[in-house]
Amino acid sequence: MTQKILEVRGLSRIYGHGCPMCLASTGPEHDTNVCGHCGSIVALHDVGFDLFRGEILGIIGESGSGKSSTVKMLYFDDTPSAGQAIFHDEGQRHDLFRKNAAQQRSLRNKRFGMVYQNPHLGLNFQVSAGGNIAERLLMSDVAHYGEIRRRSRDLLARTEVLPERMDQNPKTFSGGMQQRVQIAKALVTRPPLLFLDEVTTGLDLSVQAAILDLILEIQQELDTAMIVVTHDLGVIRLLAGRTLVMKHGRVIEAGLTDQILEDPQHAYTQRLVASNL
Amino acid sequence: MNLNYEFPGEETGYAFGFLDEYAKKEVRRAILKAICIPGYQTPYASREMPMGRGFGTGGLQLTLALIGPDDTLKVIDQGADDSVNAVNLRQFILHTCPGVAATEKTEAATVIQSRHRIPEKPLTEAQVLVLQVPYPDPLVVVESSEARRKTMHAEGDYSRLLVKLYEDIVRFDEITISFRYPTRINGHYVIDPSPIPRWDVPKLDQSPALVLLGAGREKKIYAVPPYTPAEPLVFEDVPFRVEHFLDGQDRRRACVRCGATDSYLDEFSNDQDAKIFQCSDSAWCSERLSRQRREEVPA
Repeated sequence: MTQKILEVRGLSRIYGHGCPMCLASTGPEHDTNVCGHCGSIVALHDVGFDLFRGEILGIIGESGSGKSSTVKMLYFDDTPSAGQAIFHDEGQRHDLFRKNAAQQRSLRNKRFGMVYQNPHLGLNFQVSAGGNIAERLLMSDVAHYGEIRRRSRDLLARTEVLPERMDQNPKTFSGGMQQRVQIAKALVTRPPLLFLDEVTTGLDLSVQAAILDLILEIQQELDTAMIVVTHDLGVIRLLAGRTLVMKHGRVIEAGLTDQILEDPQHAYTQRLVASNL
Repeated sequence: MNLNYEFPGEETGYAFGFLDEYAKKEVRRAILKAICIPGYQTPYASREMPMGRGFGTGGLQLTLALIGPDDTLKVIDQGADDSVNAVNLRQFILHTCPGVAATEKTEAATVIQSRHRIPEKPLTEAQVLVLQVPYPDPLVVVESSEARRKTMHAEGDYSRLLVKLYEDIVRFDEITISFRYPTRINGHYVIDPSPIPRWDVPKLDQSPALVLLGAGREKKIYAVPPYTPAEPLVFEDVPFRVEHFLDGQDRRRACVRCGATDSYLDEFSNDQDAKIFQCSDSAWCSERLSRQRREEVPA
């Protein structure tokens, strides 16, 4: 039986002081996530899902739908207003939002990986590509220079970054190569859970295809569970086994990716699929 | 500059040690906390002193808070007892602390205030070494936010500092930090051991003397208590090394005065524009020299 790695229940985030009318006056049926009474933004409300080991879960939706916010909460880039996320790892059960800041940072550095749309958020442009990977290994208490070099070189080769560019600063790299360095950095500690936030946005189609192939290969090789956030249905079709569709901070449809794309139930999903395919 | 300026002759006009008793008490309390948490940068209310920040006001406040009339003081600057900074600080302390004796002999001193060097002669349990510190936080080179630096210290997260060492090895095949070498105290906090050269870093490890570090401008005190582990930050497979002072033929350079080949050397140019090397610790060099002369001239 496939092992559950992440359980998310009732995840909510309101930006602003909020009011009793916030939830009733926002959502897909009101076509807004801004409360008309107090001006607060309901970025997420009652988001829930399960993720299994080695599974790729897609989250799709338009800009402002809450898909990136979901990942930000789980990666501790932001704090939710309510909700629970249980991370099962090596026989331990971690209630993510009840951990203190140090425990959260430890999980983030050692057990999670993140690839941002913007490489400036994920990479340190003051140091070389190898230095970026070294930083993550050093955070995980690997302090052997030779070992760090070997693992960095292997992973950069795996992500098709030329070995001779390992000691160059990633700001001299192309966008696609920066993304590949980010992927290498995220994977170097072999995290059981990886977040990918719009990783192919802004890249040309051939580079997109190469990165998606790479993600699939790595997922099969390392059995890493992934949450892929995108607004590109092609990415979802290629990568994700299951998909959540979000709009105005709510999950409006969830199911197998083929089912979502071939037989969408919600009117918004139908429009989304029709407009993309 | 007022060339006619004289220190007030009436010393009773000052409290003993210039600082008032409350100020000294506050500094001592910070020192106690710093000793209790080895390597932790303890904040304190650094007072205005009658000299500019950067002249050693941090170290001076530590010395003034600790020194008593029975103490013997040694002040050095870059290893020398007779440099401007050392002379002025010594003069100030002696003027404001009646009864305190000054010495150039390391072994005779009970309180040693130093800028950028630890004396060559091993220190003892009866001594306190006070180091003047310009920048107390080693993480400042990799993280500008003090709040984030505090978190990194608390969690013992020095990965970004190690990345800096990694980049050094990648670019230059060795770690190029020549002074202010980040040093981990008692297995947790990494300190900036003031701008002492690498040569002096191993002297911090299990030092019998109490080592206090004071940064006046940055308002921080930290300590390496006696017999406390102090390990330079390194990779497992890249050992820490001190300056080797080898010449072109791989021979250890010797001090031009005393001929020592086991001390930290300063480089000078002589009148012929040639490089010469001399012991940085002037008292140690002079003592060695006079011992050699005594041995040469039979009584």
